[in-house]
Amino acid sequence: MNRPSHHPGDTLLIDYAGGALCEGASLAVATHMAFCPACRHAVTEMEAIGGALLDDLEPEPLSEGCLEALMARLDHERPAPCRPAAKPSVERSRYPEPLRSYLRGRLDRDGRLGEGGWRFLQPGMRSLDLLSGPNGTTRLIRMKGGAGVPRHTHGGIELTVVLEGGFSDEFGSFEPGDIAIGDPSLVHRPVSDPEGCLCLATTIGGLRLTGPLGRWFNRFVKRF
Amino acid sequence: MFPLNGTMQDQHTPAADMAPSLEDLLVAVGRERDRQAFGVLFAHFAPRLKTYLRRLGCESGAVEELVQEVMLLVWRRAETYDPIHASAGTWVFTIARNKRIDVLRREQRPEIDPDDPALVPEPDEPADRRIEAKESSGRLRAALKELPPEQAELLRMAYFEDKPHSVISAEHGIPLGTVKSRLRLAMERLRRSLKDVG
Repeated sequence: MNRPSHHPGDTLLIDYAGGALCEGASLAVATHMAFCPACRHAVTEMEAIGGALLDDLEPEPLSEGCLEALMARLDHERPAPCRPAAKPSVERSRYPEPLRSYLRGRLDRDGRLGEGGWRFLQPGMRSLDLLSGPNGTTRLIRMKGGAGVPRHTHGGIELTVVLEGGFSDEFGSFEPGDIAIGDPSLVHRPVSDPEGCLCLATTIGGLRLTGPLGRWFNRFVKRF
Repeated sequence: MFPLNGTMQDQHTPAADMAPSLEDLLVAVGRERDRQAFGVLFAHFAPRLKTYLRRLGCESGAVEELVQEVMLLVWRRAETYDPIHASAGTWVFTIARNKRIDVLRREQRPEIDPDDPALVPEPDEPADRRIEAKESSGRLRAALKELPPEQAELLRMAYFEDKPHSVISAEHGIPLGTVKSRLRLAMERLRRSLKDVG
């Protein structure tokens, strides 16, 4: 399989490695990482930086008896070393972890996405909500071949990871594993490849449409 | 199993060469449930974890309990620790990070599963790329001390403020481009230190 050519970049990976990204954005970055050995390696380096920064922190003494209290808790731990729980037999799935865990209950026996739960967005385009919080939403978006999203910009940040198929916009073509990062400075009009496209999309903050279809489309977007 | 006096020796004294490293101690906890080794790890990490968790917003009344929770996970998971992949500090950092996201933010931490067959594999790499997590961590700490203050400052914010770089930019009034370029420059220097063998 080809390795991705569009990456989150160092700053977003640092946000992920340090634990500053919200769950939805972390899911998008980690899903890209499942496709991208280079970004996995970069995050390993950034975690090493986290370890070094932790080591350099000014130690703050604990109250007396803290270690003893913890040691007493260890007595209640099982005497034998805890083995990591046996991994459940790997489900047949075309989707890697951590995404697979978020799709639990939505995949059929062959690991394919079911038809239930999808919502109409516009002709040729449907979405399936995975996560929603106060700051944003994460969903799957399925586009039929040649379908396009009206030209839009982003009030916040939008992270889109291609899972199957692909799409193109003014900035290039995006294939499985590629991550597209939209922010307020970016205006684009993505169009799905002929074979269609399945994406994971996390939006933090708002999404504002600028094209002629924009006002109509904005009404839908606000509900997400 | 180690000639310990029950206290952590200063790593910078000559005698420290004789003392087991934090990595050795963690391996001893994993293999033998060595409580004495665990006590030494606690003496090193718990006070740093206390600082870390407080900086990330844990209330002072709850912080020691959370430190204990993190150290309990260290005890339980020590068996899975592999000194080839990470220094002890790095491994403890990832456990503390995930635990505080869980407890302080009540969110999950999505992570890849390194054993997932659906993972796109690494290209074949020379075997020597992955050795010496412990040694490179010494070089990394030295390189951190050499960073220009404005880069080091941003790096600490990125790891200790629970805010993505875009929010740091807005809250501190530093242009986004400046935040990004400082973090990238810092990464460049630190990467060089990680690759610098010998």
